[in-house]
Amino acid sequence: MTTTELHALTGAYAMHALDGEELAAFERHLADCDACQQEVAEFTATTGRLALASTARTRPVMREQVLQRITTVRQVPPAAAPLERMRRGARQGRGLARWTLAASVAAAAAFGGTAAWRQYERAQDASHEAAQAQRHVEVLAGVLAAPDAKSRSAKMAGGAGTLVVSASRGRAVFVSSGMTAPPRGKVYQLWFADGGKMRSAGLMDPDRSSQAVLMQGAVDGASGVGITVEPAGGSKQPTSAPVALLGVPA
Amino acid sequence: MKEPVFIGSNPTAKPDLQQLVREVALGNQEAFAAVYDAVAGSVLGVARAVLRDQAQSEEVAQEVLVEVWRTAPRYRPERGTAINWILTLAHRRAVDRVRSVEAAVARDTKAALLEHQPAYDEVTEQVETRLEQEQVRRCLRTLTELQRQSVTLAYYRGLTYREVAEALALPLGTVKTRLRDGLIRLRDCLGVTA
Repeated sequence: MTTTELHALTGAYAMHALDGEELAAFERHLADCDACQQEVAEFTATTGRLALASTARTRPVMREQVLQRITTVRQVPPAAAPLERMRRGARQGRGLARWTLAASVAAAAAFGGTAAWRQYERAQDASHEAAQAQRHVEVLAGVLAAPDAKSRSAKMAGGAGTLVVSASRGRAVFVSSGMTAPPRGKVYQLWFADGGKMRSAGLMDPDRSSQAVLMQGAVDGASGVGITVEPAGGSKQPTSAPVALLGVPA
Repeated sequence: MKEPVFIGSNPTAKPDLQQLVREVALGNQEAFAAVYDAVAGSVLGVARAVLRDQAQSEEVAQEVLVEVWRTAPRYRPERGTAINWILTLAHRRAVDRVRSVEAAVARDTKAALLEHQPAYDEVTEQVETRLEQEQVRRCLRTLTELQRQSVTLAYYRGLTYREVAEALALPLGTVKTRLRDGLIRLRDCLGVTA
């Protein structure tokens, strides 16, 4: 889809009338399109008026139930970084963008997952998470922000990857930056290397060069993590040589 | 119980709701109760406009309100007002629900959709806040027929724009443009700024 065509999707987006690949493509475009952001904000305020005009009477019992429920629901931590500014900064030049990325990966290696978490936040910035995805995101953010998070970085597939492991949580997150897209019809698949065996840890989104993935399953004594190129949908066992291998940081 | 009263001036700009949400973000349950009183009617209203079913609408409205509590620390005022944040969440959740529920029952047949066509009239019949309702009704009338149908199917029925195109037997590009033009006209008619 061309930029002009993407640009015209502001209305459909504000009405939640996009899905699948088109939604993802538009959100990628939106992150760097100030005019689109402005228009989406205005359209969202407009649909807000449609919503207000639909105001209905609520039953008192609903109020009691909701106020009861929130006493048992934990709030999410606030976002860590001034993302707007980071994104604008990154847009000012490719050199600067590369520097920012390199710096955040280096910082991730030095300080555990904090910088990787920010990087993840930035990657997620434009996307909206559904309830289930939210829980997933919390576990993911929990690993990155864990006091015992340790990380290891490597160059791979035209970009960089950082593996963040929290021993106390027993989970791992893989953060990629600027990786080359896999060939058409293929995906990057993550694996835990367990002794001589490879255990699938899920797929990466083939449409995003920078992302954070909560690896499926517990780290559970795995000594390393591998990434292979597999047919769309993934494989039970690796069918190609790994494009990258990272040792699990001890 | 207190009904939300939004009469006259642009209700989406109410500043005290912003302040309340900031306090909710700090874990203040009393502030949340005040937010609830200000927005619950609209949250339920938008859910019911899309879902039609009272029980499901209440479920979705409750989920949305709990989500407001849970994610208030991530609310960013520079992205838009608190009320728009909440109502956007409500609409998205209602749309998600209607898509998952109706996926099984072949909602995309034209006959089924046309049966539901009076969406907008049904919706506005139920409206309590008459001034807001009257203004929206008047502005919806300024749209062309195609714009109004596209906006109605997408916003009140939760159709994707591809489904709108199928339902109205129009090319995708036409629906894309109608949705955008329709919103531009509504925005200007309602005097929305962001």
